[in-house]
Amino acid sequence: MDSVAHRLSAVGAGAALELRGVTRLFGALAALTDVTITVRPGERRAVLGSNGAGKTTLFNCITGDFPPSSGTIRFFGEDVTHFPPYERIRRGLRRTYQISALFPGLTVQDNVYLACRGVSRGRFSFLRPGQNDALMHAADNLVQAVHLSAVKDQRVAELAHGQQRQLEIALALAGAPRFVLFDEPAAGLSPTERAELIEILTSLPAHIGYIIIEHDMDVALRVVESVTMMHNGRVFKEGVPQEIQSDPEVQELYLGGGHE
Amino acid sequence: MSLAHDSRITVRPAALAQRPARIWPEINHPAAWIVAVILLIMPLIANGFFLIEIFASTLILGTMALSLMFLAGYGGMVSLMQLTIAGFSAYMVAVFGVSGNANISLGWPWWLAVPMALALATAFGTLGGALAVRTEGIYTIMITLAIGAAFYYFTNQNWAIFNGHTGINTVATPHFWGVNWRADIPFYYIVLAVAALCYFAVEYLSRAPFGLALQGVRDNPRRMAALGFNVNAHRVAAYAFASFIAALAGVLQVWNYRQISPGSVSVGACIDVLIIAVVGGITRPIGPFIGALIFVLLRTFALDFLVRIGLDGNRFRFLIGLGFLAIVFWSSDGVIGLWQRWRQSRRPAANRPGGGHGHG
Repeated sequence: MDSVAHRLSAVGAGAALELRGVTRLFGALAALTDVTITVRPGERRAVLGSNGAGKTTLFNCITGDFPPSSGTIRFFGEDVTHFPPYERIRRGLRRTYQISALFPGLTVQDNVYLACRGVSRGRFSFLRPGQNDALMHAADNLVQAVHLSAVKDQRVAELAHGQQRQLEIALALAGAPRFVLFDEPAAGLSPTERAELIEILTSLPAHIGYIIIEHDMDVALRVVESVTMMHNGRVFKEGVPQEIQSDPEVQELYLGGGHE
Repeated sequence: MSLAHDSRITVRPAALAQRPARIWPEINHPAAWIVAVILLIMPLIANGFFLIEIFASTLILGTMALSLMFLAGYGGMVSLMQLTIAGFSAYMVAVFGVSGNANISLGWPWWLAVPMALALATAFGTLGGALAVRTEGIYTIMITLAIGAAFYYFTNQNWAIFNGHTGINTVATPHFWGVNWRADIPFYYIVLAVAALCYFAVEYLSRAPFGLALQGVRDNPRRMAALGFNVNAHRVAAYAFASFIAALAGVLQVWNYRQISPGSVSVGACIDVLIIAVVGGITRPIGPFIGALIFVLLRTFALDFLVRIGLDGNRFRFLIGLGFLAIVFWSSDGVIGLWQRWRQSRRPAANRPGGGHGHG
């Protein structure tokens, strides 16, 4: 396809997220090698791969938790390769963590409030929020959206695992997200909680794209329109879910390999 | 891009549960009112010795320890330089103001010297903080201790500004409206007002965005960055605020003793502030004041007690050390933690609030 669209995508215009030749070395170990991925705004994609395939490292490079050793990362056309994480977050990127990264000493409400405050002005405000504070209302709404209203005044350390996973998602949806990275959001959830998770993911506004790392194919393939298979730090295959599921090489590598 | 504009996650409007307004600190406990009244009428019940040597000293040391509590309890940063910042502020009051060392002091009136001292000490502490935030845990302790030790040796050896090991003596204290503000009763009220102001400021800030974010940085700095916060900028701002509190305490300190010398900023004194904060408890702003009261009582009365049981009276630090060990062993959140657990154990299990953590 030699169309205008192709050329535009070649310079990164129009892509929500564009990685070009991203490589990340840990000493002599290459966790990512020459990864090139382009995701459209609003696109929902799964990243699959066995342990050590480089999925979480990919997320860490995109958010800036560790910078890539080489290559460039563009977010909505802007080169963010050398931006600190908080600058990327303020531009609409969000992520969740595989192992819940919450604030155990604070209440559920305060956790979500911090997430709302982090992407708006007044992070250093010395004034307590009042009854009609807009961000408190936004936090209330988010707490309700992830079904945690009943426990919103409890400290996070006292929550059950499933509730912590839901809070993890709420923190990533604060403010005006444009693109979200979900790192195994279903890990350790019960079947009911999984159904709730799928509902939350599928009911996100259409303009919010995401990449999801998920081992549970039932969850992953129901909430995405495209799939990237990774293997040994490289992009191994890209396609729509049906193609990937029926691809013999992929089955050999991943689906067949011990997966029930 | 217009995407950002209309992309807020909108859910059904929340049925807003009535939450107590967060505007003012909750002072609803009868015990808090009793303590407040006792502190206010103290000059009626206590003589000059108790008023100054016990209560004013407690409040001054407590305010210094409060600045550490703010950094350590809310920010997870154990800074051993809080006394150094207070000492720097005390020196600056003596250097810019009026003292017996006319060759050093510039002779400014107190209302110029004090703001100058506060500004310089806050800048000094912020600068030290900017160095310290590049490190974590034990390295923060080491770098702030190094700053404290360097300042101690510098004051010992510098004669042009700090007057070497003799320090600066007969520092003038404020007189205005016909009142000698260093007389016992007026001075007690000044100290009480400053300590109360700092206490309520820290208490208030703990629920404001700045304080909440600081507690977020304590719990999980990496996630804070992933929520859009510039973690290091937040930490440096916390140092600036804590430095200002320590600087206020330093002004009171130099007015109290009317002199300042390297002995007041020694490494041992730096560590005393840590002990005071830890013994009292670093989870709440009241902890440092309780710790300071215990410290001052021991410092003042342990001597008599030790002599009576036939030991060297200078061993009061031995008692403090034992108390410190006991606290570290049995209650990681200090005396207030012990007290909280004792109260919870007396309550029937069903009534216990979840965790009883209070405001964080």
